[in-house]
Order: sequence, then C-alpha cells, then structure tokens
Amino acid sequence: MIVLWIVLALVVVVALALAVRSRRRPRVVVAPEREAMPDVLVTQVAPRPEIDDSPGLDRRLASSRSIFDRVRSITSAGSLSQEQLDVVEEVLLRSDVGVATTSALLEELRTNGAPEGVAQAIRTALLNSLSGDRSVRTSADEGRVPVWLFVGVNGVGKTTTIGKLAWHETQAGRSVVLAAGDTFRAAASDQLQLWADRTGADIVRADEGADPGSVIHDALGRARARNADLVLADTAGRRANNTNLLDELAKIRRVADREPGQVVETFMVLDATTGQNALSQAQEFLAAADVTGIVLTKLDGTARGGIVVAIERELGIPVKFVGVGERAKDLLAFEPVAFVDSLLSA
Amino acid sequence: MFDSLSGRLERLGTSLRSRGRLSDADLEEALAEVRAALLEADVELSVVRAFLDAVRERVRGENVAQSLTPGQHVIKAVHDQLVEVLGGSALKVTYASKPPTVVLLAGLQGAGKTTTAAKLAQWFKQQGRQPYLVGTDLQRPAAVEQLRVLAAQIGVEVYSDTTDPVAVARAGVAEAQRLGRDVVIIDTAGRLAIDEALMAEVRSISAETSPHYTFLVIDAVTGQDAVHTARAFHDSLELTGIIVTKLDYDARGGAVLSARGVVGRPVVFASTGEKLADFDLFHPDRMASRILGMGDIMSLIEQAERTMDPEAMAESAQKMMSGAFTLDDFMAQLNQIRKMGSLGGLMRLMPGMTKDMRDAAKNVDDGELNKIEAIIRSMTPRERRDPRVIDGSRRSRIAKGSGSSVAAVNQLLKQFEMMRKTMKQMAGGAMPQLPGGMGKMAQMAARGAAARGQAMPAGFEALASGMQSATPAKAPGGGAKGKKKKGGRVTPPKQR
Repeated sequence: MIVLWIVLALVVVVALALAVRSRRRPRVVVAPEREAMPDVLVTQVAPRPEIDDSPGLDRRLASSRSIFDRVRSITSAGSLSQEQLDVVEEVLLRSDVGVATTSALLEELRTNGAPEGVAQAIRTALLNSLSGDRSVRTSADEGRVPVWLFVGVNGVGKTTTIGKLAWHETQAGRSVVLAAGDTFRAAASDQLQLWADRTGADIVRADEGADPGSVIHDALGRARARNADLVLADTAGRRANNTNLLDELAKIRRVADREPGQVVETFMVLDATTGQNALSQAQEFLAAADVTGIVLTKLDGTARGGIVVAIERELGIPVKFVGVGERAKDLLAFEPVAFVDSLLSA
Repeated sequence: MFDSLSGRLERLGTSLRSRGRLSDADLEEALAEVRAALLEADVELSVVRAFLDAVRERVRGENVAQSLTPGQHVIKAVHDQLVEVLGGSALKVTYASKPPTVVLLAGLQGAGKTTTAAKLAQWFKQQGRQPYLVGTDLQRPAAVEQLRVLAAQIGVEVYSDTTDPVAVARAGVAEAQRLGRDVVIIDTAGRLAIDEALMAEVRSISAETSPHYTFLVIDAVTGQDAVHTARAFHDSLELTGIIVTKLDYDARGGAVLSARGVVGRPVVFASTGEKLADFDLFHPDRMASRILGMGDIMSLIEQAERTMDPEAMAESAQKMMSGAFTLDDFMAQLNQIRKMGSLGGLMRLMPGMTKDMRDAAKNVDDGELNKIEAIIRSMTPRERRDPRVIDGSRRSRIAKGSGSSVAAVNQLLKQFEMMRKTMKQMAGGAMPQLPGGMGKMAQMAARGAAARGQAMPAGFEALASGMQSATPAKAPGGGAKGKKKKGGRVTPPKQR
C-alpha cells in the first residue's frame, strides 16, 4: 500500500508546481482526430539483399585481432607485469565482461600465473568460465508435449529467434507448433505468422491484448491433437524489474508446464549489444521463469556479448545458441572456443 | 537508472567529507571509484578515460570554493563534467520554413525505432503540429503493421507500400506534402552499422528525402558497443542527435554518455516506458542531477502539464491542505496520475526519494492501482466522504464487492488516514505562516525549478517519513502492531 504515499507525493509536488506555472504557460491542447486508417496491410516482405560477405563470427575471427595480438605479443612466460594485466583488463572491459568479472579473472591470472603466455592463460580462464552443459532438450516425459519457452526484455529478438528455430526444427523433420504468446506488442503475432508461413510450422494466435497463458494452452491442445513434436512459445518482451510482469511470466510458465505440456527449455534471449544490465535481466528471469539457457542474438555486429561470461560464472546459465545474422540459418549452436577467440579479437 | 553511479558518488561524498584538504592521493582514490562506477554503468572505456582526465583538470584547475568540502568539490566537478558531456543544453527543435520538416530515424535492430516513431509523432502533435509517419521497414515481418497499430492509437496516418524502402520514403514525403502535413517521420529498418548494403540503403533514403533531423535511436542498456554503433551511423548519416530508449530499464544508461561522447551530438529525446506518453525531450542538466541522485522534478512537472488538468490538481491540493480531502478526491487524483505514465517511472523523477522507496515504487504497477480503485469504488458515496462510518460489516461488504480481503480494506483506510494526517501536518506544522499552506510550497517548488530539481519541496521530509512508516505495513501480517496509535480513532475495535 505504499502506492498511496507515492500517489500522494506525486499529487502534492505536481499540484503545487502546476499552480505556480499554470499562470505563466498556456497549455497546448490538441484535440485527437481519429480518422480511418488507409487499409494497406503489408503482408508481403521485401526480399532482403543477399550479403555475400556477411560478417559472421568466423569471418570476424579471420580478420583483425589487434588486441589479441597485443596480449599475445607481451607474453613473457611466468610472471605478469602490471602492463600486461592492464591490456587484458582493457580487452575484457571493452567486450562487456564487466568490472567484477574482469577483476575476478585478473585475480585468477595473478594466482595461477601464465606459464604459456598471457593470451593463452586468459583464454583458458575464460573457457573455464564457460564450462556449463549446453545440451538442448527436445523430448519430454512419456505422453507430454515438449515446450520451449522464450523470455527476455523488449527488442532482443525473441520472435525472430523462434522463427529461426522453427526453421531448424522443421528442417530436422520435427513438426512444430508456434504459440504467439506476445499479445502485447502491436503486430507481434503477425510477425510470427509470417515465420510460420515461411517454415510451414503450425501457429496458434489470438487477438492483441488476449491472455498469453490461454494462447499457450491452446497451442498445447493443438500440438497434442496433431501429435506435434515441439511447441515454441513466444512471450511479450518485458522489463526485468517489473514484478507484475514477472509474475505474469511465472504464470505463463506454469500454464506451459501443465498437462499435456512440459517445459523442457526456457531460453532467455539476450541482445549481444547489451551491457551490464544483462546480468540483472538474467537474475530476474532466472527467478521468475527458471531459465535453462541463453540465446545470444545480434552477434554479427560489432558487439562482443562478453556479459554472458559474467552470467555463466555467477548464475550458471549457459549460452546455447547464438544469432549471427538475419537469415534462418544464421542461428548456430554456441561454441565456447570460437566465442572466446572472438571476444579476444578486436 | 544510474542508481549505482549515484550510490557510489554518494558514498564517495561521505568518505571524503570528513577530510580537510584533498590530496592527490585522495583525488586518485576518488577517481578510481568514479571510473569503476562509470564502467559498471556501461560507459565506454575511452569515454571513461577522457571523462576522468577532464574531472581531474577541473578539480586541480579550479580554486576550491570556501564553502565546499573537498568531497563536494569532487562531486561538483563530476556533475559539471557530466552536464558538459551530456550536451550542455538541450537542442531546440525548430521547423523547416518550407514544410514538411523531415525526421529520419535509424538504429540497430530492436532499439525501439518503430515505437519511438509513434511516440515522436505524438510529441509533435502535442506541439500543435500535424505529423505524418512513413514506414520503410519492409524487412522485419509486420513492422509496418506495428507502426499502423501504434499510429492509430494517436490518430496519425501512416504511409507505406511494398516497393522498396527508398521509394517508400520518397513517396511518403511527397504524400505528406500533398496532404499538407508539416512533420514527416521516417521509420527505417534496423540495421547493423557494419552491414554495408543496408547502410548504403539508409544513405540513399537520406539523400532522397534530405531530412532536417536525423536521429540515432539507441537502447539505454547498450554496453561498450554503443560507441561503435554511434560512430558508424554518424559517419554514414551525419546525425543531428540521439534518441535514447528504454531508460526505464534498471540500466544505468552509460550508453547515453558513450554515444554522446563519441558523436558530439546532443541526446534530444528520451523514452522511459512502454506507454506512448513515456517520452520527452532529453535534458542533459536534469540527467546529470538525476545521475547524482537529486531527482528530476522539472521533467515530472512538464509531464504533468501535458497530461493533467491543472485546475483540478490545484483544487485537490487545496483540499488536502485544508484537511477536507476525501477518498473521492483521492481517486480523482489517482486517475490523473495514471494518465501521466507508469508510477515507477514517475517515482524516479521525484527528488528526495530514498533507494528503498524507489525500489518499492518500481514494483508498483497498474494491477495494484486497480485493486485500490476497486476497493474505493465498492464504497458508498457517504463512506467515501467520511471513511469513519465504515464499520465491520461495511468492511466485509466492501471487501466482497471489490474482490479483496478485509485486511486490504483496513490497510487502505489506515494508510489513507495517515496520509490525511500528514497532509494536515504539512499544511499546518511544516509551513505555518502561509495562507492555506500553498504559498510557501509553491515558492519552494518554484525555487526547486530554478535549482533544477536540487531543492526538496518543503514538507517533503514529513512525507518521506510517512512513506517509510508506510512501508513495513507491506510486510505480511501487517506491521501495525508495535506502533502507538494516537489521535482520531479510525479503526473500530472489532474488525472480524
């Protein structure tokens, strides 16, 4: 009931301020004119120009590695100079690993030394941080429909990730039902519908503002009726610090986990450009929805996504997939070695 | 946002406050703290370095004012430097002499361009303009559809077709001209700065439409990469400014500093929530104050001015002061406040809030407000005017009617009474000499405005302490047990 006080405080401040200022400034009043919208719906998606030299993870690895080279060049086996540590620190900080994790890794370097050179030592330390189990569960208990639930903040690429995974799974010969659980964002269901059309997956959707739980419930029914192999459930993007939305998410997860469904994976989709906020996102989503893995998207840009090192070290949530482009096949299984090398390149 | 940064700087302030003179070692220690705080806030490393150098210069170069402790001196230097890096002063949006004024939005995927386009259109509308939206994002499935839905909510038209983005942009601007719209906002597809083909495409959109404003839309939770993105888009497009989105995430928003620091163009708008109303001009000086935990009362007031009925607000404030405040008035205000946007977002702007209060507010949501409203609506007009008549049986009726519990009704009534008492105290005790309690608080608010939200409105301590005492009541079991009750008895002895 602290709400009362909040409202009161707001009212007092605002009222007084308004009283002072209303004399000075006339308010601009714009009457909202509501006209009928021209009814041109875009259902056809323009073909995307094919980019031959798509700068994916591999390509980036092959390209410049200036800082990695710098680290390597200062290898003097055994002891570590402050200068070397500074370089390592810079590399890590610049890749969004974060202050705390960087300090911890540097501490490990100091205690363990660097018999094979600094570059190798930091590589080993990073790989040790990424030693979680990355297997992906595709089957549920006898008689249940396996569900993959996708959660995350707004704009990280949840819907796109589901579309891509739907493509992978249908390619692999599995029948997939998509549950358009993002009933909040305008046209999110339409976006998923287009992916369903492309991949031949089945889709269950509802109107905007519908209860996401019911959409997922219906999708489970459909999957059961059609004997589908997998349900991919979308959810609306939500701030990780809003209790009500997180409660809603917990409820969605319960619905998805109820007969005949069984949540076998809960993926938190994370944008690689995200900085330290990703850690609190992971914390909140882990608590609310029992996240089992991370999908790191938009890794084809200049961002390194180093925060996942901190997430895996502190929360033990492994990255399972990475998104390195907009095409369906640009979603790959996460490989720690390639990732760490990319992190240390620059 | 910036919670950690302000927290650190506050701690920094207290640890330095006791010392007499600021030695070089002290300064370096303080700067190390600032460095860690900035990095944790995702400010890019080279921007951090430049920032620290500048602060060092400031501290060494300036004469220490007699009135400042060394700690305050550092904080002041950090504050001034923040203001400088964030832009010095806000960019004034002017309009083309030959309309329409063309605004181009660009950015990475998922930064929030489409939502921002709609919010911006609404902002222009509030300025008395007639905006027109052009959707050139033909890449992301249903992006244009999303724009249409949002635009319909604010009553703005959208142009789009399925040819190609450059043609759509061209045709959209021509259509706006034909319709006599004076602002055209072009939404573009999200693109990576290193994607040559798509960058070339947005360049030709820009060349075709010669925008008056080109804004980079950037996500506040962006990490170190903010500088690469900002620089690449700036090299390609000659940005006029930056729009930062998702400032309501618990992010410390260092991306704002990074992008600003690299591009050298001001941050013009900020988006602070999912609602279309959660959008406003970005004010660097206010942001700096906010970073340092001073609240941002000016933004709050401006948001209120746009959405609220000032006369109704002033009237209810008067009522509060005089103690004739009823649950009806309270509900009217609740509804006014709700129009302003999310409570959590508003609370961030309030000066003098402790971290606990902000945390509590973060979790307050429409759901909770709905519950309160349901309870009040379940009362008879007489009960609302005079809650004292509410006895046990009325209580259970109200609880049933609102689908809540008797305990919840009790809590609401108790809180309301406490609130009313605090109001009276504020009107009487805290500010004795003025007519109706209004004058001085008004002065204070005005002064607060002049000092950019640094002053705390009078009586706020009383309010704040009221809030703190309200907090434990949230704990299960209702923590009213140990509290001594004095004054008007609100709760009849028998409740159950």
